[in-house]
Amino acid sequence: MDLSFSPEENTFREEVRRFVAEKLPDAIRHKVMNGVHLSREEHVQWQRALHGRGWGGVGWPREFGGPGWTPTEQYIFEEECAAAGAPRLISFGLKMIAPVLMAFGSPAQQQRFLPKIMSAEEWWCQGYSEPGAGSDLASVKTRAIREGDHYVVNGQKTWTTLGQYADWIFCLVRTDPEAKKQSGISFLLIDMKSPGVTVRPIITLDGAHEVNEVWLEDVRVPLENRVGEENKGWTYAKFLLGHERTNIAGIGIAKRELARLKRIAAAEGRLDQPLFAAKVAQVEIDLMALEITNLRVLSAEREHKAPGPEASILKIKGTEIQQTISELMMQAVGACALPFKQAGVGPDYAANLGTGYCNLRKLSIFGGSNEIQKNIISQMIMGL
Amino acid sequence: MNFDFNEDQRALADTVHRFVARDYTFEKRRAIRDSKPGWSREVWQVLADLGVLAINIDEDYGGLGYGPQETGLVMGAFGAGLLLEPYLTGAVVAPALIRRAASADFQEEWLPRVATGETIVVLADADARDAPVREVGGNLAGRKAVVAHGGCADLLLVSARCADGLTGLFAVTPGADGVTLRDYPTLDGQRAADLALNDAPAVRLDAGGARDAIDAALDIGLAALCAEAVGIMDATVAATTEYLKTRQQFGQPIGRFQALQHRMADMLLHLEQARSMSYLAAMDCSNDDAAARRRTLSAAKVTVGQACRFIAQNAVQLHGGMGMTDEMILSHWFKRLTAIEMSFGDTDFHLQRFAANLSREARAA
Repeated sequence: MDLSFSPEENTFREEVRRFVAEKLPDAIRHKVMNGVHLSREEHVQWQRALHGRGWGGVGWPREFGGPGWTPTEQYIFEEECAAAGAPRLISFGLKMIAPVLMAFGSPAQQQRFLPKIMSAEEWWCQGYSEPGAGSDLASVKTRAIREGDHYVVNGQKTWTTLGQYADWIFCLVRTDPEAKKQSGISFLLIDMKSPGVTVRPIITLDGAHEVNEVWLEDVRVPLENRVGEENKGWTYAKFLLGHERTNIAGIGIAKRELARLKRIAAAEGRLDQPLFAAKVAQVEIDLMALEITNLRVLSAEREHKAPGPEASILKIKGTEIQQTISELMMQAVGACALPFKQAGVGPDYAANLGTGYCNLRKLSIFGGSNEIQKNIISQMIMGL
Repeated sequence: MNFDFNEDQRALADTVHRFVARDYTFEKRRAIRDSKPGWSREVWQVLADLGVLAINIDEDYGGLGYGPQETGLVMGAFGAGLLLEPYLTGAVVAPALIRRAASADFQEEWLPRVATGETIVVLADADARDAPVREVGGNLAGRKAVVAHGGCADLLLVSARCADGLTGLFAVTPGADGVTLRDYPTLDGQRAADLALNDAPAVRLDAGGARDAIDAALDIGLAALCAEAVGIMDATVAATTEYLKTRQQFGQPIGRFQALQHRMADMLLHLEQARSMSYLAAMDCSNDDAAARRRTLSAAKVTVGQACRFIAQNAVQLHGGMGMTDEMILSHWFKRLTAIEMSFGDTDFHLQRFAANLSREARAA
């Protein structure tokens, strides 16, 4: 057993660190470090900088233009980016639809879509959840009926994150309403500019516009924009849900936010209060343990020993830790966390701690709620 | 980076697992526990013959020269078997302490005898609150409380406040004039003793204070204790999972009920986080940078201690009435996990120590 990174991995870490230090604009870094939402342009700017370095396809194999990193290298990359205040990668294209296209898409689909994901020319969003299909995703009702060389799609998707920026949406649609619910689903790629697509904002409790409803009314989708076979969409959907593993714990982001918590708590004199200091200590300890747990999963993944369900452990603990940190940051500044969207009231660092806390309640809900993750652990790992 | 154990390490772990499965069954353990001494010198000799008493002793002194990782594997394997013999104090802490605190002559005299099992050396560190042990004219006076396996000792290593203001480490022979040991069983079926010293003859081992050496040895012991806990928790979680699959109520295995499934998932989360920290503790427990070492070990003990409580309590809860019985090994795992949480500094102690360090760092910055 050896818990240290190899010399090559350490060299790689240095390389990433240097790159981010040189290329990350201060304005973006400042926003990320202070929990401010980024604009579409800022996300795109960073993705293009990565692309310029040959790192646009994070997590992608070389054959599709990715850097071909090991899971450990990808972990190091994301950790360094997070620590330095780089934007989080926009995962809908890079980490969700891209792996599906690589595994199940046609060569034409791969050539058409993958390069523009890497270069940030096209922004993707996810059309999975519906008002009646959340945790029970296989009960999606959005209907696609074949008419000649097109599908005609009708239905409603929801919780579509950053759908307001998107050029394309990948959708689970029902193509066979008679079949058992998992077997009648197909996987479609839909151009957001198609007639009949309407995006309506959902304003969340923090006052932010991050998620949307997407209404689909008689939207015509060419057959060639179906991924894989008709009625096999559930297979691709599950592949997608299971694919994004290496950064599910969010260790890098949690470390950065923990450092921010400590700075704020120190400035507020809260670390001299034993009860508060103990809470910070507890979350730091939990994070230390999760970092090792994450490295264990990565190490097993590298040797293709453990497939998936362990990621549920990372998701639960990782989201709990991030939520706790955001909660403690809010607590640390007391009443100064309460003014809503008011610049210049209280210390600068307090400005969005209340809204940040509210926003991060989403972490234990999305990506398979933490309760669903516990079902997976008890059923898939423990065999109950 | 890899989390695999090498061939030698796996062979060592297999040896101990086989020993526990074949020669240290629950029934055998019960008989040993109920015997007068409450532990078995015979078993100790078997352990010596297997070589496991020698793993923390350098090759120069007849040992195998292994380290905390191997110790962790052995402790993990002993964990599920609930070994009653003084392995942690006699074969882990004592050699680490002698190596750090005593002269070369003393090491040469005693370490080979520890490796062969001939001599059991036990550290007595924690003072009785009302009578801390002091050096008076070269002899010792005062009391040590709840010395783990104190009654097994052929030789005691006793810490004492010295006239020079330092903490000294003294060799004390049980049975000598002025040395009284009151030996008793503890909640977890192991043994401990209260040690009373009344102008007892003692030989000082350290030159210039032993506090750092004692702390360093205890930290090596703490990492081993964490590994033991993980071994017990592995067994506890596995047994509880199995019970949930077989126990029928309302016409189905109770493991079908989501309330219980989620409790099991929470137990697994605790277990895996504890396992991770026990690895980190093994990596860092012999670090000479005491501050870094303590930070890791406190974090490890907090994680492991919380897991001990959560897993032990919920394993009994999910076993229902059966979990309350002395007949099942589960209740004995419960008691050992309870004792581990309270040993080598409990969760609160280590959380406070870690937190106090945050405050210090903040003030320094």
